[in-house]
Amino acid sequence: MSVVEHVSPTGVVGPTEPDTTLRRVNAPQRFLHGFGPTAREIWAYRELLVNLARKELKIKYKDSVLGFVWSLLLPLVQLGVYWLVMGRFLGAGRSVPAYGVFIFCGLAVWSMFAEILSTSTTSIVYNSGLIKKVYFPRELFPLAATGAALVNFAFQFVILAAATTIAGIGTGKWPDPTNILYPVLAMVVMILFGTALGLMLAAANVYLRDTQHLITIVLMLWFWMTPIIYYISRVGSVLHGWLYDVYLLNPMVTVVLSFQRFFWPQGTGTQFEFTGNLYLRLIVLIAVSSVLLWFAQRVFSRAQGNFAQEL
Amino acid sequence: MGSDTVIRVDDVSKRFVIRKDNSLKERLVNARRSKEHREEFWALRNVSLDIQSGHTLGLIGHNGSGKSTLLKLIGGILTPTSGFVERRGRLAALLELGAGFHPDLTGRENVYLNASILGLTRKQTDLYFDSIVDFAGIEPFIDTQVKFYSSGMYIRLAFAVAVHVDPEILLVDEVLAVGDEPFQRKCLDRIKQFQHDGRTIVLVTHSLEQVRQMCDRVVLLESGIVVVDGEPSDAVRHFREQNSEVDSIEQASQRHDIVIEKVRITDSTGVPRTVFDSHHPLTIAYDIVAEATVDDWAAGVAITDGSGMLLYGTNTVLQRRDLEPIRGTRTIRFDFDDLPLSEGQYFVTVAVHPAHGMDYHRIDRAASFQIRSGSTDPGVITLTPKIDISDG
Repeated sequence: MSVVEHVSPTGVVGPTEPDTTLRRVNAPQRFLHGFGPTAREIWAYRELLVNLARKELKIKYKDSVLGFVWSLLLPLVQLGVYWLVMGRFLGAGRSVPAYGVFIFCGLAVWSMFAEILSTSTTSIVYNSGLIKKVYFPRELFPLAATGAALVNFAFQFVILAAATTIAGIGTGKWPDPTNILYPVLAMVVMILFGTALGLMLAAANVYLRDTQHLITIVLMLWFWMTPIIYYISRVGSVLHGWLYDVYLLNPMVTVVLSFQRFFWPQGTGTQFEFTGNLYLRLIVLIAVSSVLLWFAQRVFSRAQGNFAQEL
Repeated sequence: MGSDTVIRVDDVSKRFVIRKDNSLKERLVNARRSKEHREEFWALRNVSLDIQSGHTLGLIGHNGSGKSTLLKLIGGILTPTSGFVERRGRLAALLELGAGFHPDLTGRENVYLNASILGLTRKQTDLYFDSIVDFAGIEPFIDTQVKFYSSGMYIRLAFAVAVHVDPEILLVDEVLAVGDEPFQRKCLDRIKQFQHDGRTIVLVTHSLEQVRQMCDRVVLLESGIVVVDGEPSDAVRHFREQNSEVDSIEQASQRHDIVIEKVRITDSTGVPRTVFDSHHPLTIAYDIVAEATVDDWAAGVAITDGSGMLLYGTNTVLQRRDLEPIRGTRTIRFDFDDLPLSEGQYFVTVAVHPAHGMDYHRIDRAASFQIRSGSTDPGVITLTPKIDISDG
């Protein structure tokens, strides 16, 4: 019997790969190994991943007249409300230049992050019918949720670009092309970090359905802990010393600040700008998020063996 | 162990733990008594199987015997508690047709989604698409959302996708009992085509007839343990012996003064038997006890199969026997010199009734017998045609 010991983690061969040897089905893996094979397996199933993400998007707005417009309406309304209430009624917008662009930088980024987390969390439970009947890497479900969130973000990105352009015409201040790396790296952080959390939450939700309710509350708190509708220097003047450092540990702070750095040039050089080293923070976050993603996948793969019977 | 082993199940056991509390609160509240909220049971115990390429293996057993669990372990949907499963080649699992269908998507969208779930690339699906739609026979509705499909259309489309996946190993779980008869025939033909192409099939079914026809090896599971692993006819026979207890149903009599007693099945010499060879003599006999004189009476017998289908029935009226009035006990015998039934378990229904009208007394499944036949020909009856080939 030709049994290869270090075979692919699940023993399942990708749809296109030819195969001649016996492979262990759902072979147990040591915790430290197995990320690579799973990643290869997911790559082999990439077409399904795209199809699943497409399905998520299609069914979300199936039979609705406006369809994808709804994806744009929510953030636009949010933008309008925050601009009016915070910017005008409470007066924050009187001192902050191009306040609308400022909030929308945060809102667009945040709504993507929140969507990744909330849809990933429920992705395994909502697809229980499939999980109990067909085998493919379970990671595809949270990943497809992330993919769908990315597509929705693309729409918001269009709005953001438009807002930046309008503000540019109005104020004469345009984004500095040398800053383009800020939002790019921030996107990488957000995808790595969001996917890592999404994987763990999706697995946790199978065993404890409380997770999906808990995450709604956590996201609300998290939103207010991120400088989306208030500006960072305000935080610095309230939280001192190590408290401020703890506040800055939130990866979403760095992500939002990086987007503001590029898309909100009106803030550059003003008292509203973050003075710390954003590049350093982004690089560290990418490293940390990568390790976290690896760890999350290992946790997920430990948990996934029992998905079919827990659902 | 041949090198052409495609599925190897090695000492696999599977334990299920059923928890009754699933929310954090319940778990915290019940943390101390968590044992009470856990129930364990072994769905499979120490199952070992080697399945060679090109074979068709049938899994039979009662509900809850672990057939579907074994299939899911092979498919990789469940992970064994101990032991391991190995296999090679592309696998398609028909565990539930249309599992990947989303009601809000159209037939076309679902075909593409389901095909990619089963491992086809988009290009391959493009290639097979017409053939899939044609096989399902639902062309006019392919761009309709599947929630508007009839259940038959739904299943037909799902099956059509599944059989086009072109797997080396096909796992089938009781999905063949769907659709109308022509479609079922189509499915069976397709499976035979798979067999012909030398692919490996693992089949879970309740239809013993199907098992006998299609499998070349059958595993009988009982409470998670392999009881029989071998020739289909042996396993099917064993399974039938397990089920041989007869639950007879007595019909409410119209009159209480004439009843049937002592239904028995014997060979031609009057010795009670329950197992007969095909084409051998068999006698069904019973006593009729009349407390008062009954002028208008007739006695009948019927043979049904496990599913209740009537195979043969007759009575004294149909046989044009004039009967004298009855009082006291009479024994009536039906002698069958040659019973051309194929292998299986059969049931006897007896009744005493007037020439026309409601039964006086009737017992459904009053007794059962088994037929053993060396023949592997499919069908309910065994015939022995002579085959002659001549020049046209």
